Amino acid sequence: MLTTFATAVANPVAARSQMGFSLGWHIIIACFGVGLPILVVFAEWRGQRTNDLVYTTLAKRWAKALALLFAVGAVSGTIVSFEMGSLWAGLMSRYGQVIGLPFAIEGIAFFIEAIFLGIYLYGWKLLPPKMHLLMGIPIIISGIAGTFFVVSANAWMNAPRGFSIVHGRLVGIDPWAAMFNPATGPETLHMTLAAFMVTGFSVASVYAVALLRGKRGRYYRLGLLIPLVFALLVTPLQIAAGDIATRSVSSLQPVKLAAIEGLGKTTLCAPLSLGGYYSDGQLHDALKIPCGLSLLDKFNAHATIAGLNSVPVADRPGLVTVVHLSFDCMVLIGGGLFLLGLWFLWSWWRKRDYPQTKWFLRAVAVSGVLAVIAMECGWIVTEVGRQPWIVYNVLKVANAVNPEHGIQYGYYALLLTYGILTVVLIGVLRLLARIPLPAETETPKAPEAVRYADRRQP
Amino acid sequence: MNLADTMAAIMWLGVTCYALFGGADFGAGFWDLVAGSAKGGAKQRKLIEHSIGPIWEANHVWLIFVLVTMWTCFPVLFGSVTSTLWIPFMLAAFGIIARGSAFAFRKNVTKLWQKQLLGVAFALSSIVTPFFFGAIAGAVAAGHVPVGVGLGNPVTSWVNPVSVMTGILAVVTCTYLAAVYLTADANRSSSDELVKRFKRKALVSGIIAGIVAVSGLFFLHRDVPLLAHGLIHRGLPLVSLSGIAGVLTLMLLYTEKFIAARVTGAIAVAAILWGWALAQYPYVLPHDLTVTGAAAVHATLVATFVTACIGTMLILPSLIYMYVLFQKARQ
Repeated sequence: MLTTFATAVANPVAARSQMGFSLGWHIIIACFGVGLPILVVFAEWRGQRTNDLVYTTLAKRWAKALALLFAVGAVSGTIVSFEMGSLWAGLMSRYGQVIGLPFAIEGIAFFIEAIFLGIYLYGWKLLPPKMHLLMGIPIIISGIAGTFFVVSANAWMNAPRGFSIVHGRLVGIDPWAAMFNPATGPETLHMTLAAFMVTGFSVASVYAVALLRGKRGRYYRLGLLIPLVFALLVTPLQIAAGDIATRSVSSLQPVKLAAIEGLGKTTLCAPLSLGGYYSDGQLHDALKIPCGLSLLDKFNAHATIAGLNSVPVADRPGLVTVVHLSFDCMVLIGGGLFLLGLWFLWSWWRKRDYPQTKWFLRAVAVSGVLAVIAMECGWIVTEVGRQPWIVYNVLKVANAVNPEHGIQYGYYALLLTYGILTVVLIGVLRLLARIPLPAETETPKAPEAVRYADRRQP
Repeated sequence: MNLADTMAAIMWLGVTCYALFGGADFGAGFWDLVAGSAKGGAKQRKLIEHSIGPIWEANHVWLIFVLVTMWTCFPVLFGSVTSTLWIPFMLAAFGIIARGSAFAFRKNVTKLWQKQLLGVAFALSSIVTPFFFGAIAGAVAAGHVPVGVGLGNPVTSWVNPVSVMTGILAVVTCTYLAAVYLTADANRSSSDELVKRFKRKALVSGIIAGIVAVSGLFFLHRDVPLLAHGLIHRGLPLVSLSGIAGVLTLMLLYTEKFIAARVTGAIAVAAILWGWALAQYPYVLPHDLTVTGAAAVHATLVATFVTACIGTMLILPSLIYMYVLFQKARQ
């Protein structure tokens, strides 16, 4: 009895750590599977239109990195699907029939992505150029579709629909209603744009570092500009999408919003809080904008916002400080990247060029890491902010976990394996970056010649 | 046949495809390991890389397909199997990580020691993953998985003679399939020396796979008499088909009809899988859980069936296009 109790306490912690770690790792790689095909296909298309070898070189080199990241993502995604059972058998054996469908559809999308990626990567020489370019389109579509379906399953955990519970039994199961729950729209949009941002800023960082190290030429310039412009265009859309997502949280999961803002008590004219830490039922040392939260959330400074005390202690998230600071961190990075875009825009408007200062390149160099941090912070808000529930107001984490002994050892082994995998992955990506460029791309083209090449094509 | 049976059959089709395609990819890792010195084995390793490089990811997706179909359409089965057998699942997962990474990375590293290290990872995983998947199958077939979340013994459920035997059977089957497929590929690239090597490998591994399969039946007869009974009664036509196809494969290999040998080799493996399913039907967990008992509600089965149909219409032509493109390219 005592040992059963001990596992019941230990398992959720081990299982949550393992799931958090393996998903947090997988999501970074998965972002590239969604965003990078767009960059690759765009570069290949420009290369075909302009006969400019620099574009084609970029497309081929990015495709190599994509091949690597897709393979690693396929593998780490498989681990996550194993964990759905080995860790969360209690969730899946009961609710698999409610929320399995989007995973099944995602399986199809992933299949298509894998097939066409194989054709695309190994087909450069086998297919005529136009046909090869066309093979990139299904990769882009299925990547985005896959994001939609997987994230819709997560949205269901936040806004469970498509079933009811009568005397402890599930009745009226409707998998379509579960998939298209009210959180699906905001969450899938937010994540898809996040994937674009992570990809764009990360790829741009690589070239910013190269330029900082003194590399010059069109290859590095375009390698910086294509992903950077892509990411900077997405950033304002993402801020709007973030606003939609937060409003969705406010109406669907008021307790999560309270954790985000560290709001202990239900408050009239609730302040918007930045920074600080939460203890003893309130936020300390935070910068507070009076009535800011009420105004932002309800467009009314005197509106009431539900606090953590609106639910029993057992139903509140434990790590409020973590949720609050993660949210602040995400918003801060989003704002910073938006400012980076304004800087770029101003310089482009004035000089038809990106800001020619080391500080701009330095900012771009860290933007990739920042975008990844922002995305991870967003997931921490989503997941830690929903505790103690795995399915909001329906199923608690403690009741979903696999009660078998020794789960934590699996976690330790996984940590070790992923540690090795991370080191090797980074090492091989660096090797890829160091492959010498084709001779034609090394010498910078004269601007006139480029413009001529541009004009020659219809 | 009701909708639950149909979905079970579709899922089993996924298992079959994973065994036939994904399994062979794993088996190739063994041949990669024993190809010999870096110089002497270079040709064989190149053939393996060329044969599997473009398609292993697509083949791997069958596993994902099986998992998601299982947890959507047979959630209780998924929960029971994965929770009790979480250890072999995690061990198989480590093999999957090692294999996938080795394949992705090896093309891009340049130094010999790096290539060799990743080659060892590839080879190890090609033994580890089929073994633990086989052991999982054995644990289910032998009735060591009770219905419910985490109710079985996490160790003895799969550390027992039958599971170990099915694990070994899975390993030798994968190596055998890989050798048969690679012989045909070697033949197409028209290198007589390579053909001879892989032909010998296919013949030897085929004979070993046959011996393991037959001796497995004796283990089964001793430890799981009911399944053994099912195999030699209801499953007999398929078990016989497997045996005949197996012998035929050896003859076809010997007479150098490699494409035909590919087909019969695959039939030999598929027939055993379906023979097992038939012998165990209607139970998914012997004597405790039937197909219908494990099935999701009708609405979910319908939705998944529709998804699978639409998916097939999209995937099948793409998959055929891919295989044809790469087979042509190798000529």
